[in-house]
Amino acid sequence: MDTFVQQLINGLTIGSIYALIALGYTMVYGILRLINFAHGDIYMVGAYAGFMLAVVLGFDANPSVFGFAVTLLGAMAIAAALGMAIERFAYRPVRKFSKMTTLITAIGMSLLIEYLFIFFFEPKPRSFPPLISNENHTLFGNATISTSQILIFVVSIFLMIALQYIIFYTKIGKAMRAVSFNLNSAKLMGINTDFVIAFTFALGSALAAAGGVLTAQYNPKIDPLMGVMYGLKAFVAAVLGGIGNIPGAVLGGLVIGAAETLVVGYGGYIGIPSTYRDAVAFAILIIVLLVRPAGLLGSNVQEKV
Amino acid sequence: MNWLKTLIGGVVIIAFLYVLNAMMSSGGFFGTGIDDYQARLLVFICINIILATSLNLINGFTGQFSIGHAGFMAVGAYASAYFTVTHGKALEGSFGFLGDTGASSVVLLIAVVIGAIVAGIMGLIVGIPSLRLKGDYLAIVTLGFAEIIRIVILNIDIVGGATGYPVPGYANFLWIGIFTVITIVVIHNIIKSDTGRALVSIREDELAAEAMGVNTTRYKVTSFVIGSAFAGIAGVLFAHYNKFLHTNDFQFIRSFEIIIMIVIGGMGSMTGAILGAIIVTLLPELLRQLPEIQVGATTFQFADLRLVIFALILILTMILRPQGILGTREFGLNWLKRPRKSSEGNETIGADAGVPEAQQEEAKRLQSEENKDK
Repeated sequence: MDTFVQQLINGLTIGSIYALIALGYTMVYGILRLINFAHGDIYMVGAYAGFMLAVVLGFDANPSVFGFAVTLLGAMAIAAALGMAIERFAYRPVRKFSKMTTLITAIGMSLLIEYLFIFFFEPKPRSFPPLISNENHTLFGNATISTSQILIFVVSIFLMIALQYIIFYTKIGKAMRAVSFNLNSAKLMGINTDFVIAFTFALGSALAAAGGVLTAQYNPKIDPLMGVMYGLKAFVAAVLGGIGNIPGAVLGGLVIGAAETLVVGYGGYIGIPSTYRDAVAFAILIIVLLVRPAGLLGSNVQEKV
Repeated sequence: MNWLKTLIGGVVIIAFLYVLNAMMSSGGFFGTGIDDYQARLLVFICINIILATSLNLINGFTGQFSIGHAGFMAVGAYASAYFTVTHGKALEGSFGFLGDTGASSVVLLIAVVIGAIVAGIMGLIVGIPSLRLKGDYLAIVTLGFAEIIRIVILNIDIVGGATGYPVPGYANFLWIGIFTVITIVVIHNIIKSDTGRALVSIREDELAAEAMGVNTTRYKVTSFVIGSAFAGIAGVLFAHYNKFLHTNDFQFIRSFEIIIMIVIGGMGSMTGAILGAIIVTLLPELLRQLPEIQVGATTFQFADLRLVIFALILILTMILRPQGILGTREFGLNWLKRPRKSSEGNETIGADAGVPEAQQEEAKRLQSEENKDK
């Protein structure tokens, strides 16, 4: 029982990170029908931005909550600016073209960010300085939860509530929902769709960057390709929950995070070796899509003739 | 005299490939040779052409959105490699009467057949359930299947697992070139056939095609299986040329590379896919030769930036020429004769360009049938 709880805590920790990244995928897809393959790399940029900020501002010397908060917010701001820049200079010019073109642009953007970071920061992993003192707290029995895990839960729940508030109780949120419902009609209603799209990218990128800094706290090894697998799995999480659906992204992230850790912990008993960890997310996705093609919480849109 | 033309064409192509192959050997061909680096590039261009044209059949002509082509390549590569590692030596012995070259060619041919069949079956297994999905969902499921295939292979210890798998080198440039030509011819003929027109009709409008009586599911699965089988052949050739397999060669970035080839060249164009394969293979290598620039005390190694520049070129191509270099047109000799039609931003592909030619062929076919009746 203890180990089960422990596995579940670890799984939900990773799942929260997947959920944070998946939110960006799902918002951008909801509005533009674009799979933003560069999103996983923005998560990586967030971690590096946090690293640079922490080193430059000297927070790595004496860990404090204040230092962590500044690093987190700074990284989120940098990533938001980057997300808006990517949208403005790469995605906006190709928005009207076919899906394949926008997809290749997104892949190109992802490669560009990765190779730039490999060029400037070298491919070797760096260790992220601890910004808060990390201790293990005993829950019951042998199950423990570390400070960085608590931090991940608290910050990601806070960000998800904030996002929910922005989307459902503010003017810009209303505009975002309108644009995702129908871009052209929204434009006719006088909504500045370009601004709304840029804002969506900023929001998604900030969440991914928060995920990057939080992961770096939990698992202090960052490298320029760290976003590839996380990005892919977060995207799978978004599709699993029903792409374009915000609670779905969170649910998908948590399900995949938990399933992965449980397979590593218990898969051996049912004949799945732990080395299949990376395949689990995809297997769940395929099974769910074949049964419910719109994802867990997605609504099935009928094709019009 | 159509068969004569085909025969002469075939002989010329094989002779050309033979000369190129001879130039790659240590002795060279009458003193002229190609060094190993260039030979390797030529081989990879050929393998990429096979991959690009076969994916073009699925993505460009049938309009399905598959981004897991590397998975089928991996299946073909590993299945055939397992065969040649376990049975290669014995088979070479029993075909010894054909000489060394003959025996190894026979083994390679059997390996290619095995690779194509296994990859085709895998295409069928993946295609039947996933082709019910459309667009992005199909894309993600194919990507997922490719990753699962890769991770499963990584966990099979008899094919090396994480340490990699040494494979005997049965493939040479001659065979790789011949299979490239065969792939191009077969896929070209499929597209020009009734099946090809059914595939294009699915791309243009799936609902309309279904209403006209095209069995869309069957044709989609057919194109998927054929595409996968050719990807398997590319995998076989890669395995037996590279002499070493590792699952890292088949990560999803490899699938993306193949997509990039067909999009850069022009989706739904045979020559476009070939051009795209050549560009994507050569460009990073050409960028290797960028100069270094000395500014003050620091030297800028532009060659280190080659992949950055490659990514930039990719994004700029998409912004400036979203339909790819050739769009849906084919590059050929009649390109010079015909006035060029502007296809700027023209999303309806194939339908207008292909029909007159197809009708001509249809008319010709009917005529010849009439003649036969007489």
